[in-house]
Amino acid sequence: MGEEIFLRVKGITKSFGGVMAVKEMSFEMSRGEILGVIGPNGSGKTTLVNLMTGFVKPDSGEVIFKNKKITGMPPHKIADLGVTRTFQVMRPYHSLPAFKNLIVPLNSPRIRRTRGGRLGDKDGVAIDILEEIGFERDAYVPYKIASSLPLGYLKRLELARCLALKPEVVICDEIFSGLSMSEISTMVPLIEKLQMEGMTIMMIEHRLRELFRLVNRVMVMNFGEKLAEGFPEEVMDNKEVREAYLGTEALPC
Amino acid sequence: MDKVERRRERLDRGIKVRADGLYALTSWREMFYLLVPRVVLIFGLLLPPLLLEMYWQRVLCQAGIYALLALGFDFLAEYVGLVCLGGGFFIGSGAYISGLLNAKMGWAPFLTIPIATFAGAAISTLVLLPCLRLRGIYFAIISFMFPLLTVYIIIALNIFGGTEGITALASFPNIWVDQYLILGVVIIALFAMRRLVTEDIGLILRSIKDNDQAVKASGISVTFYKTKAVFIAALIGCFGGAYLSHLYGWVGISQFALDYSILPIAATVMGGMGTLVGPVIGAFILTPLSEALRGFGQMRVVVYCLILIGFIVYKPEGLMNVLQRKYHQFEHWEEV
Repeated sequence: MGEEIFLRVKGITKSFGGVMAVKEMSFEMSRGEILGVIGPNGSGKTTLVNLMTGFVKPDSGEVIFKNKKITGMPPHKIADLGVTRTFQVMRPYHSLPAFKNLIVPLNSPRIRRTRGGRLGDKDGVAIDILEEIGFERDAYVPYKIASSLPLGYLKRLELARCLALKPEVVICDEIFSGLSMSEISTMVPLIEKLQMEGMTIMMIEHRLRELFRLVNRVMVMNFGEKLAEGFPEEVMDNKEVREAYLGTEALPC
Repeated sequence: MDKVERRRERLDRGIKVRADGLYALTSWREMFYLLVPRVVLIFGLLLPPLLLEMYWQRVLCQAGIYALLALGFDFLAEYVGLVCLGGGFFIGSGAYISGLLNAKMGWAPFLTIPIATFAGAAISTLVLLPCLRLRGIYFAIISFMFPLLTVYIIIALNIFGGTEGITALASFPNIWVDQYLILGVVIIALFAMRRLVTEDIGLILRSIKDNDQAVKASGISVTFYKTKAVFIAALIGCFGGAYLSHLYGWVGISQFALDYSILPIAATVMGGMGTLVGPVIGAFILTPLSEALRGFGQMRVVVYCLILIGFIVYKPEGLMNVLQRKYHQFEHWEEV
C-alpha cells in the first residue's frame, strides 16, 4: 500500500441520450508504458479520451492521475497537470508559420512553472521542438505556413503541440490515420523515442500492424465496453475480439 | 478572327522578406514604403481639426468615439471570435461613472476619465463574464441586450438622474483639447492594438477563435484569455464614454443608445474586417456622412443604407483590404 497510482480509470460511464458511449470502463496505466486502444468505429474510443482529458464530463466513475482525482476538472487544468491529447481532426492555426502554432502551449502556466519563469526565446524553443519531431530545419519546414503543410506534418504538428507542454501522459487519438506507410514508418521511431524519454503514451488507432509494433499492452473496446486487455498476440487470439472485428461465423437467421 | 485575350496580372511589390507583420528591411526605399501609409494615416487624422469649421469639428469628436468602438468591435470579432454588440454598454458605463464622479465628488475630467475608463471596463467585463462561453450569434444577442437592460433599470429605479440624466458636468477647456484628446487616443489605441495582435497574447486569442479545444488541451484557460480580450476592448470603449460625458457636459440614457452598438459594425464592414485600421477609417467616413445626409431629411437613412449595401455588394472585403492589396501589388493588363 501507499504505492502511487500513476493513471487509473475507474468505472467511467457516459451516455449521450439513450446511447451508452462508454460503459463502466476501468483500466490502469503505469509510468512509461504505451497502451494501445483499438475497437471498431463507434466503440467509444474518442469519448474515452474526451472523458479522460475533461472535454466531456462523465456520468459516473473517476480518473485518478498521480493519486489525484482529475475528473470534474476543466480541460486546461488537466493539461496543466501533464495529461495532454491530440485531436483526431486537426485544426492548426492556418495562416501562421508552423512554429508559431507552438506559441500557445509555450505560453501556458505549466511551461512557466516547469521551465522557471517566462521563456525568453519562444520561437527558438518552438523550432527546436519541431526539429526534434521531424520538421527539417534545413529545408525551412518549421517556417512554412501551416495551411501549406501536408497531412503528415500536420499530424506531427499536433503531436508537437502536446510535447511543447512537457507532458507526462500523451493520448494520441488516431495519429496514424490518413497517413501513408512511409509517413507512418517515420512516425514510429519518434514514438519509441518518446517512450525512451519516459513519456506515458496511450494510442488510439485503427492501423493494427503499426500499433502492435509499438505498444506494451492493448485494450479492445466494443460498444463502449472493455472487451479484452493484454499483450497484442493474446488479445488478437481472443474469440470475442475476432467476432467484434470480423463478425460471427454463424449468421443469425 | 483573332481575338486578343487579356488578363490582369498581379505582382507583389515591396519588401522581400515579409511574414505576417515581421519585416526585414534592407534599404531606405523599403523603409519609406512601410512608413508612407502610417504617416499618411497619422497626418490624415491630425490635420482635419485645423481645416474644419466648428460644427464639423464636433462631428469629428463624435467620429473619434465611433472609431474607438469600431476598433474594439473588430478586435473582438476578428481576433477573438466574440461578436460583441455591447458598444452601447461600454459607452454608457464609462459615461455614467465619469459623470457621477464629476457631479457628486467634483473631480476634474483628467481624474474622472482614467478612473471611468478602468472602472467601466472592469464592470463591463464582469457583466459579460458569464456569457463568455457563448460563441458567435449567441454572444452577440446577449451582449446586445445589456445596454437596453441598463436603460430600463435606470428608468425603473430612477437612479443616476433617471430619464433626465446628470447635467452640468465639467467640460474640456476648449475645442482643440476636445479634438486632439480623442484623435490622440484613437491613434495610440490603433497602433497599440496592431502591436497587441502580433504579440503572444494576440496569437493565443487568434488560436482561441480558430480552435479553442486545442488551446484548452495546451493547458491554457480560454475563459481567462477571453476575459482579458473583453477587458481590452472595454477599456477603449469606456474611454470613449468617459470622454463623451465631458464633451457634452451631460450624461443620459441616450448614451446607451443602439447607435453605439450598430454603427461600429457598419464602420467595420465598410473599412474591412480584421484590418483594425479599416474600422477606424470607416468610422471617420460614416459619421460625417450620416451628418452630411441630414439634408435629405427622412430619406437620410435610405441613402445611408444604399451606400452600405453598395459596399457589401461591390467591395465585400472592405475599403482597407482593397487599399492594402493595391498598395502591395502592381496590377496590369497582360495579353495572353
